[in-house]
Amino acid sequence: MCLAIPGKIVNIDVKNAWNRSGVVDFGGVTRDVNLTCVPEAMPGDYVLVHVGMAISSIDAEEAQQVFAYLREIGELAELEPVQEPEQ
Amino acid sequence: MKFMDEYRDPEAVQKLSEAIHSTVTKPWTLMEICGGQTHAIVRFGLDELLPSQVTLLHGPGCPVCVTPVEKIDRAVAISRMPDVIFCSFGDMLRVPGTTGDLLQARAQGADVRVVYSPTDAVRIAQENPAREVVFFAVGFETTAPANAMAVITAYREEVPNFSMLVSHVLVPPAMEAILSSPQCRVQGFLAAGHVCAIMGTSEYHPIAERFRIPVVVTGFEPIDLLHGIYMCVKQLEEGRFEVENAYVRAVKEDGNVPAQQLVADVFEVTTRTWRGVGELPFSGLCLRAEYQQFDAEVRFDVGDTVAEEDSECRSGLVLQGLLNPPDCPAFGKRCTPEHPLGATMVSSEGACAAYYRYRRYAREAR
Ligand code: SF4
Repeated sequence: MCLAIPGKIVNIDVKNAWNRSGVVDFGGVTRDVNLTCVPEAMPGDYVLVHVGMAISSIDAEEAQQVFAYLREIGELAELEPVQEPEQ
Repeated sequence: MKFMDEYRDPEAVQKLSEAIHSTVTKPWTLMEICGGQTHAIVRFGLDELLPSQVTLLHGPGCPVCVTPVEKIDRAVAISRMPDVIFCSFGDMLRVPGTTGDLLQARAQGADVRVVYSPTDAVRIAQENPAREVVFFAVGFETTAPANAMAVITAYREEVPNFSMLVSHVLVPPAMEAILSSPQCRVQGFLAAGHVCAIMGTSEYHPIAERFRIPVVVTGFEPIDLLHGIYMCVKQLEEGRFEVENAYVRAVKEDGNVPAQQLVADVFEVTTRTWRGVGELPFSGLCLRAEYQQFDAEVRFDVGDTVAEEDSECRSGLVLQGLLNPPDCPAFGKRCTPEHPLGATMVSSEGACAAYYRYRRYAREAR
């Protein structure tokens, strides 16, 4: 129920002071999304959308963090002896 | 899809699984809070990639599952009233009440409609001025901003025939209830990523401190989940109990402040009953007095409903991580998604439904 899908903002249409909305592209499928809670998000940015409402902007830099971290683990593993004997 | 597919990369999954294996030396029991996480864990078989010492318990994080029978009964009663259009998220339609569910009410002539977004219900109200349109507002903190937006829209655009049946719940009080139970086995929490996207992480510091338990904010894709599990077992192995964030691309420490403000404008904290768990103080949201005109329970008098839970269903134990679904005697026999005895078998995020869908045959094969 708390499912939220990442999508890319295509355009923004500020209807009035309390309601900001726009079109968001989910891998080719577009939908109207309420953007009131992500005032900083601009066309081209990615947002997480839950029941028609953007709940958070996706931080593209932070999104890489886990992969950088995995690389570190990988490098460490190469330095250390292998856990299980191969053969 | 970007920000989704790369978090399912098999090689990265493998690496993280290895990292967990080489970190764990003792048995640990973790609980993932959110039903969406339960679903992903069982679907991708992530629990099977973990060392045998790590046990995952499935938490109460499925709003559909914890909506009390009494609310379902009210929803069914309102939907049967003349001139009502009853709108709901699809998952709620098959949750059994005392005398049937919303789907049966629809089969018997009630106008019950599934909507994608709460504001769709406001639009239906605008298009049908002669009818009363009621939206079943369930959900956790994640859904509260969208539901608040629907109320604000109805208020600003003066839609008098729109109202809401509110059954909103909050996550931290449920975590405290689980930890306070004498049977509690949980040693570390994977906090629900999208709840935290709204609320941030500050609410969890008192819990981590008071119960000396690690809380790791975790996302929903395989890599996110394994990363969260890794950080959590690392804390346990090192004897730390901190709040950490394994879902930084979506969750900021402060959460989403405009969303918090929107929710606080429309809702206030109240006591709620959780299906299968019982009454928890400060565990839900209700409409503020300023918006009471949109409260369906004020608008429609359905009298007192006497709610009865199916006595065979043990979903209360499942929701607290005290019973694994396949260990319920009714699982897969008298209780299936086609004929559910409890809400945890209905919702796609209910633990019973997840096991039925992905693990039904696994047991027999073993
Ligand atoms: S398997 Fe069915 S009866 Fe058993 S706890 Fe789950 S929902 Fe209830």
